[in-house]
Amino acid sequence: MRSVYAVSGGVSKFTKARPDKTFQGLVKEAYDDALADLGLTHPQFLELVDGSVASYFSDHFARQLMAGIMAQDYLGLCPKPGHRVEGGGATGGICFQEAWKAVASGYMDVCLAYGFETMSHVATWKGNEFIALASDVSFDYPVGGFYSGYYAMMVTRHMKEFGTTPEQMAHVSVKNHMNALYNPYAQKRQRLTIADVRAAPMVAWPLTRLDICVMSDGAAAVIFCSEEGLAKLEASGASIPRPLVKVTGIGRGTDAMRMADRPHQSYETFLQHNLLPHEDTAVTRAYYANLWEHGFRYPGVHSFRAGRMAARQAYTHAHITDPLHQLDFIELHDAYTSSEVQTYEDMGLCRYGEGGPFATSGKTFMPGVEYGLDLADEPICAVNPSGGLIACGHPVGATGLMQGVFAIWQLQSTIAQHFDNDRLQVPDARRGAIHSHAGTGTYVTVTILEAEV
Amino acid sequence: MAQKPKMEETFGGYVLHNVPFPTELTEEALAALKEMGPILIEQPYEITYLHSYAQDSPFFAGLANGRFLASRDAETGYTYANPRAHDMYTGADTEWVEIQPEGVVHAFTVCHFGSEEFLPECPFVLALIELPGADTLFLARLIDVDPNAANLDWIGMKVKGRFRRLSKFKPTDIYFYPA
Repeated sequence: MRSVYAVSGGVSKFTKARPDKTFQGLVKEAYDDALADLGLTHPQFLELVDGSVASYFSDHFARQLMAGIMAQDYLGLCPKPGHRVEGGGATGGICFQEAWKAVASGYMDVCLAYGFETMSHVATWKGNEFIALASDVSFDYPVGGFYSGYYAMMVTRHMKEFGTTPEQMAHVSVKNHMNALYNPYAQKRQRLTIADVRAAPMVAWPLTRLDICVMSDGAAAVIFCSEEGLAKLEASGASIPRPLVKVTGIGRGTDAMRMADRPHQSYETFLQHNLLPHEDTAVTRAYYANLWEHGFRYPGVHSFRAGRMAARQAYTHAHITDPLHQLDFIELHDAYTSSEVQTYEDMGLCRYGEGGPFATSGKTFMPGVEYGLDLADEPICAVNPSGGLIACGHPVGATGLMQGVFAIWQLQSTIAQHFDNDRLQVPDARRGAIHSHAGTGTYVTVTILEAEV
Repeated sequence: MAQKPKMEETFGGYVLHNVPFPTELTEEALAALKEMGPILIEQPYEITYLHSYAQDSPFFAGLANGRFLASRDAETGYTYANPRAHDMYTGADTEWVEIQPEGVVHAFTVCHFGSEEFLPECPFVLALIELPGADTLFLARLIDVDPNAANLDWIGMKVKGRFRRLSKFKPTDIYFYPA
């Protein structure tokens, strides 16, 4: 496979509603920003780009089939190759990886990934219905289809198994909203306390409105290239900052759509298939053996096996053996505070069962941001320095690409230039991960990006 | 963080037959159109699907007749509480078996909001039920608990299934209550 660089990105500011622009117009904003960073005009880029991958989640929200080709057409990319990808909440993460594949395989030298969602076109509760149609319409949806409810069920089991508390989850909300104070692209920029999060209206027990991301209108775009593509872009006058940002790891996992159908595996099966290499120590084996002795089964509904498998693949690919210390930051799919806590475990930042205390430790917070919380540990690996989905918004098809754009800026050390302040620049960011996650953990992608030294 | 009082936003505005527009399309007027606010119109969308339960139909027929049918792999005995015509491990055809709809709550939530279709039913309780006769869980409504007193102790609670007398041919034809 060839080396693939993510050289530029753009994001439309995510907001509750953008009635001033069609989805094509939103994509154009993100695309124009990505081009402006390269210093290329559209006609110049058109000479070099080999094709695209489009990402949007819902034909219901779009109320338009083949919206992908309409964006392709509006951008002026016809008749170059392109296709649309869809995988629920992970649509953007899958798009990022498909564009990587197009370049890594040699099919393209320059590939554009773009994604969008316009969720404001229906009332909020109709929007929730659309999203719930991404659960089995014969068996799950009719019982009371509601994604916040599904995730709430998953976390009540996590709470029961491990003693995780809503206050621990609320730390994620405080962290991500506070980070977003310094991110001008974020939709919800708020200074909150744990008490605020718990006092917000209850949506699905124990998740309150401040534990849950919001619907959004927005678009994002990322430009990928091979070494040959890089040479061509630069020969045509593109200014590409150094260090270059290289995609060094790709991982993806899946799990059963009906979470009721997920297995409750034995300790031996877990060791064989789901243990991360760095967990293969006598101490951690003993820790897990003890969990199983106390009735723990994997993944059940408390853990995202797809996230674990995605991380495992991506870490292997990128030669990561100690994710907490080898990743400088993670843009993590925090549609719910609970799922950020559960994902800490899937991604091996801590062991299964330790997500709650880990969330309050301070290890995933940004250095230099005042959270108003008493945190015991120093930051190690900033999780959602941008504010994540909870604060930035979650226009589904754009979200995974937005994470990619923020990751590129972190690794280029251009956060200050893009955010007009450097509070969210992770110091000495060399390696980061982006994590995209679909409905109750059905599709999960993990992608590793590195600043090339 | 004080929330400002807010009335619920709903669709269903007046029908509008015209909007302000320049009387003369001068160069200035045409240029000014770039600053025009967007026109928003309502587009209703309704459709009735003829949805087939296909190979899963006996499950719903069972519910309508007060019987809970599960899918079992003949070789391994692995049993799915939700019907599944093929086992995901062996790939073989499963067989129908009757199991007793009695078990314990494995996980739950109280939905204080929901999708539009279910909003009128809020608050309601969703629960994943462990059935001793099955290896997988079953998603159902849990009734006869106080939705305003949600408690982790509900997990592990013994529950029994009850079948609707007037079947709707939906998975909600069975629901659970504390035993």
